[in-house]
Amino acid sequence: MTTLVQTTARRAKQHWFLVVLAVIAIVSLVRIVSDTDDISSAGTIRAAIIATCPILMAALGGLWAERAGVVNIGLEGQMILGTWGAAFFAYHGGPWAGVVGAALFGVIGGLLHAVATVTFGVDHIVSGVAINLIGAGAATFLAEAIFSDLEGGGPNQLIGLESPTKITVPGISDASLDLASRGWFFVSDVAAFVGALTTSLSTLSILVFALVAISAWVLWRTPFGLRLRSCGENPQAAETLGVNVYLYKYIAVIVSGGLAGIGGGFLALVASSGFNTGQTGGRGFIGLAAMIFGNWRPGGLVAGALTFGYTDALRLRNAEAVHALLLLLAIGLLAYAAYRAVSGNLRAAVGIGVVGALLLVWYLGTETVPRDFTSMTPYVTTLLVLALGAQRLRMPAADGKPYRKGSAG
Amino acid sequence: MNLSVRLRAVGMALLAPLIAVVVAVLATTVVIAAAGSSPGDFWTAMFSNPLPRIRVNIVNQAAMIYIASVAAAIGFRMGLFNIGIEGQYTIASFAAASFAGAAFVGGFLNVVAALVVAVVVGAAWAGIAGVLRTSRGVSEVISTIMLNAIAVTLVGYLLNRYGVHEGNTVHTKKLPDSSQLDGFAPYEPRDGQVWALVILAVLLGVGFWVLLTKTRFGFDLRASGQSETAARASGIDPKRMIVISMLLSGAVAGLIWMPALFGGAGSYGTSFQVGLGFIGLGVALLGRNQPLGILFGAVLFAFLNAQSNTLTFSTDVAPSIVQITQGVAVLAVVVAYEVVRRWRSRLERRVVARELAPAGVTS
Repeated sequence: MTTLVQTTARRAKQHWFLVVLAVIAIVSLVRIVSDTDDISSAGTIRAAIIATCPILMAALGGLWAERAGVVNIGLEGQMILGTWGAAFFAYHGGPWAGVVGAALFGVIGGLLHAVATVTFGVDHIVSGVAINLIGAGAATFLAEAIFSDLEGGGPNQLIGLESPTKITVPGISDASLDLASRGWFFVSDVAAFVGALTTSLSTLSILVFALVAISAWVLWRTPFGLRLRSCGENPQAAETLGVNVYLYKYIAVIVSGGLAGIGGGFLALVASSGFNTGQTGGRGFIGLAAMIFGNWRPGGLVAGALTFGYTDALRLRNAEAVHALLLLLAIGLLAYAAYRAVSGNLRAAVGIGVVGALLLVWYLGTETVPRDFTSMTPYVTTLLVLALGAQRLRMPAADGKPYRKGSAG
Repeated sequence: MNLSVRLRAVGMALLAPLIAVVVAVLATTVVIAAAGSSPGDFWTAMFSNPLPRIRVNIVNQAAMIYIASVAAAIGFRMGLFNIGIEGQYTIASFAAASFAGAAFVGGFLNVVAALVVAVVVGAAWAGIAGVLRTSRGVSEVISTIMLNAIAVTLVGYLLNRYGVHEGNTVHTKKLPDSSQLDGFAPYEPRDGQVWALVILAVLLGVGFWVLLTKTRFGFDLRASGQSETAARASGIDPKRMIVISMLLSGAVAGLIWMPALFGGAGSYGTSFQVGLGFIGLGVALLGRNQPLGILFGAVLFAFLNAQSNTLTFSTDVAPSIVQITQGVAVLAVVVAYEVVRRWRSRLERRVVARELAPAGVTS
C-alpha cells in the first residue's frame, strides 16, 4: 500500500503533498467506517516505528553493499551477531556501549563477507549463506558459554538490559495524545502520529532514521558516494578512472555489516528488554526484501520497511484491526487503479482494480481475518510487487557480479 | 605422466576440503580457548568412539542432511540458488504427514502415496519460484526467501486450525500403525533403529549421480550451470531448464523429513526438525555439489551434531560450538576452492606458455 502510494508520489512529485493528505484522509475514513481505532492509534504507530527500525537497518545495510555491487544475504547472520554484541556490551557498559558493540559485531560479519567476496571472489550468495550459518552458530554458542553465568542471563538469553534514553516532548505529547483520543476525522490521525513521535520515542530510533538520511546524503551527494555507486554499476569503468574498487567494496560491505548489527542491537535493546537466541526471526531477509521493494533507493526502502513494520505491529496489537486493513488495502488499490486508468494504462488498471475489488468483497463478506494471514502479508506483498513490477525495478548494473582487479585491461 | 597428472588432479580436488577442515578446527579451538574452556578436552570428547545410540543417530541424521544437500546441489549445478529448501520441505512434510495421518489407504500403500504427496507439494512450492523467475524475471533468491516465510506461516495456521491439540502442543493426526515402517536395529533395541526410509538417501544419491553423468538432462544441467550462453548456443532452452531444475530440487526437498516421519515421529508437530534446508545448502557447498562429496559433508555434519550432545557430560563446552565449526568449514571451503582454482589456472597458463615458447628459449 505504502509503496504503491510511493510510486504514485514519485510519478507525480509536484502533487506529493496532496497524496499525503489523501492517504491520511483514506486511513481516517477507514478508521471511522470500520470502527477500529487501532488502525491509526498512537500506540500502533509507536509499535510500528519500533518494528520498522531493525528492518530498516538491515535494508540500509543491504543498500550500502549492493550499491557497491556486493549482494549481502549474510545480513541475517550479521544481525544475529549484532544482538549478541549489543547484549554483551550493554551488560558491561550501558546501552550506548551496547549499540557500539552491536555495530562492532556486525562489522566482523561484514568483514568476513568482504574478505570472501571481494578478495577471494567467492560467489556472493554462497558466502552469505555461510555467514548466516556462522552468525547463528556464534551467537548461540557465545550466549551459552558466557551469558549463563551473568545476572539475568541463561543459556539462551540475557534479560534486564537498560534501554537507550526515551524522549517525551512535554506539552505537545499530552496535547496530541488527548486530541488523538477524540476520534475526529483527519485531525485525530495526524495528532496520533505527532503523539507517537513525541511520547517516549527511543533515541536509538532517532539514530536509525538519521542513519538513513546520512546514508542517502553520503551515497548520492558526495564524491565518495558517487565512486562507491560506480563500483556497483561498472567497476571496470571505475577502475580506469582511478577508483580503488576493492577499497570501496570493502568499506561498503563493512558498513553494511555494521548497520545490520545495529539493527540486531535495536532488537535486543529497544524492541525487547534483552537478548534471546533466534531473536532476529528472519528480519535480515525481510530487510533485504524491503530494499528490493524500495528499488535500491533510500526513500523506497523506508517505505518498504514501514509497510513490513506496520503490518507486523498491527497484527501483534490488535487482530481485529487486521480486518480493517483489508478495507484500507482495497481502497488504496482501487485508487491506484483509477490513477493508472487516468494516466492511460488500462490493462494495469483493470488488473489492479480486480484485486482491489476482490479485497473489498473479502472485507464485506467476513468478520475477522486469521492472525497468521497478517504475518504473511508483507511476504506476499513483496512477491506480488516483484512479480508485477520487476520490470520497473532496477538494481545496480554490476550487482552480484564477480570483479577482479585489473579486469578493465 | 598420465598417472602423475591424475594424482595431481585428485590432490587438487582434496586440497580445498582439507584446508577447510584445518581452518574450521583451528577456528573452533581458538573460540573455545577464548571462552575459557579447554580445547583439548573438547577434541578428546568429540573424537571419542561414538556410543551405539549415537552411531544410529548419525546415520539417520546424515540421511536427512544428505537428501537436503542433493536438493540444494541440483539447483547449484544449474546456477540456481534455491534458498527455499527450508520452506519446501516444511510445507511438503506437513502435507505428507496430514495425508498419511488421514489414512485414505492403509499399510505400505499409504507410505508410497504420502511420499508422492511430499514430492508433488515440494516441487509445486519450488515451482512458484521457477515460474516467477522465467516469466517475470524475479530472482529466485528473493522469491524463495519470501516463500520460506509464507510456508512457515501457512503451515502454522493450518496446523493450529486443523491439527490435533494435546495440552500445549499440536500435531497432525498420527499415522496408522500399519504405516509405521520398521527400521533396522544394529545394536540393542534401546539404542534405536536406523530408519527404513534412510534408503531414500541412498537411492537419491545414486539417482543424482546417474542423472548428472549418464543422461542428456544432466549434461544440459551442467552446461547451463557453467555457461548459459554456451548452453543456449547448443540448443538448450534455459527457461525450461530453470523450471525443471527448480521442480526437481523442490521434489527432492519434499522428501527430506520423510525418513523421520515414517521412522518414529509419526506426525508433524513438535517432533519436526527445522533448519535442515539451510544445513543442506552448506553441505552441498562443502561437498562441491558432487554426490560423493556431499556424502562426506553430510556424515561430517551429522557426526558433529550427534557427538556434540555428549559434550555436556565430559566438558564445559556448550554443544552449539559445532555450529561454528560447521559454518566456518563451509566458508573456508568455498574460499579454498576459489584459491585453488586461481592457483591452478595460473599453473596451467604457465605450462601452456612454456610449451608454446619457441625452442631454445627458456623462461
